[in-house]
Amino acid sequence: MVEPLIVTRDLTKNYHLEGFPVHALRGISVEIGAGEFVAIMGPSGSGKSTFMNLVGCLDSPSSGEYLLAGERVSALSGNALAAIRNRRIGFVFQNFNLLPRTSALENVELPLLYCGIPPTERHRRAVSRLEAMGLGDRMHHHPSQLSGGQQQRVAIARALVNDPVLILADEPTGALDTRTSCEIMALLQQLNRDGMTVVLVTHEQEIAGFANRIISFRDGRVVEDHRVERPSDAAAMMAERPAEVEA
Amino acid sequence: MNLLASMRIALRALRVNKLRSSLTMLGIIIGVGAVITMIAVGAGAQARVEEQIRSLGSNLIIILSGSVSSSGARLGYGSQRTITEDDAYAIHREVLSVQAAAPALRGAGQVSGGSNNWSTAFWGVSPEYFEARQWNIVAGRGFGQSEMQGSAKVAVIGETVAKALYGDSDPVGQIIRINKVPLTVIGLLERKGQTFGGRDQDDAVLMPITTARNRILGAAQSKRRTVNNISVKLRDDINVAEAEADIRSLLRQRHRLQAGQTDDFFLRNLSEVLSAREESSRIMALLLAAVASVSLLVGGIGIMNIMLVSVTERTREIGLRMAVGARARDILTQFLVEAITLALIGGLLGVLLGVIGSYAIGEFAGWRVALRAESIALAVGFAGIIGVFFGFYPARKASRLLPIEALRYE
Repeated sequence: MVEPLIVTRDLTKNYHLEGFPVHALRGISVEIGAGEFVAIMGPSGSGKSTFMNLVGCLDSPSSGEYLLAGERVSALSGNALAAIRNRRIGFVFQNFNLLPRTSALENVELPLLYCGIPPTERHRRAVSRLEAMGLGDRMHHHPSQLSGGQQQRVAIARALVNDPVLILADEPTGALDTRTSCEIMALLQQLNRDGMTVVLVTHEQEIAGFANRIISFRDGRVVEDHRVERPSDAAAMMAERPAEVEA
Repeated sequence: MNLLASMRIALRALRVNKLRSSLTMLGIIIGVGAVITMIAVGAGAQARVEEQIRSLGSNLIIILSGSVSSSGARLGYGSQRTITEDDAYAIHREVLSVQAAAPALRGAGQVSGGSNNWSTAFWGVSPEYFEARQWNIVAGRGFGQSEMQGSAKVAVIGETVAKALYGDSDPVGQIIRINKVPLTVIGLLERKGQTFGGRDQDDAVLMPITTARNRILGAAQSKRRTVNNISVKLRDDINVAEAEADIRSLLRQRHRLQAGQTDDFFLRNLSEVLSAREESSRIMALLLAAVASVSLLVGGIGIMNIMLVSVTERTREIGLRMAVGARARDILTQFLVEAITLALIGGLLGVLLGVIGSYAIGEFAGWRVALRAESIALAVGFAGIIGVFFGFYPARKASRLLPIEALRYE
């Protein structure tokens, strides 16, 4: 048994919406080991996004405990949380969240900007990540000049550039067509095979099927948590489909 | 993240929205330009006043004939001439703080010379007059003691008279006639400009006082050797009030005035009048600068306005930056640097506008302007402070956004 990377104990989150208290999370206790590929599923309002925000250190819990790689994150200040997000977590969003009118290269360099890496080193690391994503010839393109799949690959390069311990992907295929979705999932599966812990939020059964473990949320509670015996292989599925011309 | 990187991010953000950035800067450009131009105009006016003070001679006291009573009726100043040429020499001799004292006897008449004639005032003066009034000869020479004693038929003329009689040709060596008396022009006076009252100081002919009295004004004037005024120049670093008291007591003694009798002469210290005028021009300069500062302030509010819009518009960008590890301080720095960059670039362009504006006003309105490095530095510094001041609130607003809300912002 590997040491769990993520441990949450009775995590709750309450907030007020137009004066009414909302219990978004009602006590979540899960453990996610290093090297796992976990899909978080659930209908909207189930609390899966709130859970993601807490795991991603974008928000603080109302009560409960959260340990990331043994560190009690739930007790940290805003600046310390920013440092955790910067060094330990890579985010991939549904709508890519790339800076407009800024080259792919500079988008990938962004996390390095906030941890004091000198410019030449920043440049070197960003270039190598983009090349690994097969975007070596698109480094100076702006997001608007890239296809959806390419934009998401830039975003993944950005998530990886600071060598995080965890990739958090929030509906990473929500804005992509089926084939491109497959391509992105193949990429995430490849990262996972290379040892990266991936936590994915999705409401699509098919996408969740690429993970090794599925945790289902409903009304702020975990209702199901099971291992997937034989996850789908995105790379193999891609090979079956005829390649379309990519812009 | 260092300041240089922040600067680069700020410059890129400003470049992305060129039109908006330049319109925002325009407020600062106009503000800084206005401040620099107005300070230059104000300083120019002050310099002009200072120059006028110098042209009248600093430490200058003018003695005029005072009020006298004739059969019980008190007559106005100068209605009867009570001061004499000898008073002037006595003051020079006996009051130690006096550097030069020069009597002046006024006459008026038609001057003819060349093929023209001109109606002007002429003054019979002693050679010390040039020193007392700090009035230099720019061509030819002045007259000296021997010409005084011999009532020599020589004259020194002002620029206005020279122009009226001889146009642009050299007046030195020409013969002019006043009341049919021919006088040789031996010198041309330096240009002095107008007095505050608007009298043209260059519209004058100066000659030895003896020449004026004996040859032109005639015998009636020669008896008591009275003069219209005496110009007294004090030595440097002299207490003017003490010198005035010395002169006053000497003249009262010479005029045999009893204690209790009023002075029959009048001392006028021009520098007092002028320093009041200098003060008022200083106040005007200050007022101009204050009005211009208001436009700079309005420019600053423009920056705040645009920065607030920009923060709202870029909420998602802020959220993303926070998600990838920007601390609140990094976001604050980024937007603050952006505001300061706007203000400073606007400030530098404003300097350009101010310099051009100042020269344009000098050129087209013919006003004296004085550009000073201090005022330029002040205006740019002020622009920077405005950037910090008005940029701080929007920047703080940006830095206090919550990452999840900023990321979800539509």
